[in-house]
Amino acid sequence: MIDRLWRLGSGMRLFMLIIVSSGESFRRLHLTIREIYFTGVLSMQIILVSGFFVGMVLALQMFYVLRQFGSPDYTGVVLALSIIRELGPVVTALLFAGRAGTAITAEIGLMKANEELSAMEMMAVSPIARVVAPRFWAGVISMPILAVMFSMVGILGGYLVAVPMLGVDDGAFWSQMQAQVDFRFDILNSVIKSLVFGVACTMIALFEGFDAPPTAEGVSYATTRTVVTSSLAILGLDFILTSLMLTV
Amino acid sequence: MTNNIVEIDNLSFGYKTRMLHKGINMSFPRGKVVAIMGGSGSGKTTLLRLIGGQLRPTKGEVRVTGKVVHQQNRSGLYDLRRKMGMLFQRGALFSDLCVFDNVAFPIREHTDLPLSMIHDLVLMKLNAVGLRGAHKMMPAELSGGMARRVALARAVALDPDIIMYDEPFAGLDPISMSVICDLIRTLNDTLGATSIIVTHDVEETFSFADYVYFVANGVVAAEGTPDDLRNSDLPFVHQFVHGEKDGPVPFHYPAPDYRAELMGYKA
Repeated sequence: MIDRLWRLGSGMRLFMLIIVSSGESFRRLHLTIREIYFTGVLSMQIILVSGFFVGMVLALQMFYVLRQFGSPDYTGVVLALSIIRELGPVVTALLFAGRAGTAITAEIGLMKANEELSAMEMMAVSPIARVVAPRFWAGVISMPILAVMFSMVGILGGYLVAVPMLGVDDGAFWSQMQAQVDFRFDILNSVIKSLVFGVACTMIALFEGFDAPPTAEGVSYATTRTVVTSSLAILGLDFILTSLMLTV
Repeated sequence: MTNNIVEIDNLSFGYKTRMLHKGINMSFPRGKVVAIMGGSGSGKTTLLRLIGGQLRPTKGEVRVTGKVVHQQNRSGLYDLRRKMGMLFQRGALFSDLCVFDNVAFPIREHTDLPLSMIHDLVLMKLNAVGLRGAHKMMPAELSGGMARRVALARAVALDPDIIMYDEPFAGLDPISMSVICDLIRTLNDTLGATSIIVTHDVEETFSFADYVYFVANGVVAAEGTPDDLRNSDLPFVHQFVHGEKDGPVPFHYPAPDYRAELMGYKA
């Protein structure tokens, strides 16, 4: 318990150091842009393909359930609301933790084991400003963009199954969606969720890497912890955020 | 004003379970090559980290150019570190940067020099360690000796006043070892720097060092010029310099009685 509290405190300290060092980091914007490529652009493949299949499966399931109630035209609305409100931010964050989070933890853990971070310190260069802060902001910026892309591709996948394959009316599919999906309540809240997930996932990945014992076993253990802790944090935060958004 | 660029005064340092240093005093005069020697685990590398301000002493102090290292704030510490260059045991080259960019790293971070000047400076540093022709290679393509030389070029990129070497000869073949010995002395004299070398390689170090400290059991066990120490009668120094298996540093790690342990064994 004390160990967990200690780690939580260390994580908060690292977060504060990142915020303080961000100005120094933003002055060298190319570092953050480079990290956006590694965490965001290189995650696009898994995010887009997953989004496409999730949308297709969801459309299939929704169509057969809604047809029993005589409302197959609502497939588009249910699909869009499920993806935008929940699946988009949550599945994107889970995939991000597995793809980019583990890469961040392993990279920083190995840099520590290889004394690269100590070397930077001895060269009077802050590893927080040079290595950690650019990765943090890259994660925070990438996550909402990836979640929006996931949702768009998911809806497109659902459309291809619902309209050409299952015969849902084209006009009803889009017009019902347009009428029922609210920009502030659905889309903006979805972006807020993915921003929070972005902060949580990236912080966990960075902290685990920074805190990893400088051995092969230590880095391997830290990488596993990143996936487990991030996944639990995403699901827990999703419940809290959804409760707040639905009640406030 | 004292001629010592680094002074260690009554320094004690330890971790939770044991004290590593118990009142160490050392001084490092400007322009000299000073070696800190001792067995594995005697806290030699920790001394370098204390000089560089990466660790905080439990008692006593380290002064660099007259300033107490552990009393500096972040910017004061970084100002001191800009006067230092450090060669890490495994080189610690940035694995995502090529040789050229590794050496250029501290120059780019701390100066606003034009690209053409950085280019020339980096090639001059690499030429000094004999690796100008390898400037496009990645760290993974270098041998251990080459990586150590690139790291040395990076350590002296900003012409530091103090150059610290952590086990510069570990794992090197005789040719690379001789090259590194030569480079340490040449760079020290050319740059007018002070070199602090942490090592346990006796012959190589004695061939070029000006002064040597022996650390054992948390204190300075002996000190002097290489000739003094080669002729020393102190049992620890004699054992270390001549590589004797047994002596004040026992061959066996403390253990219960051998016979009793074997006879008492039950499967």
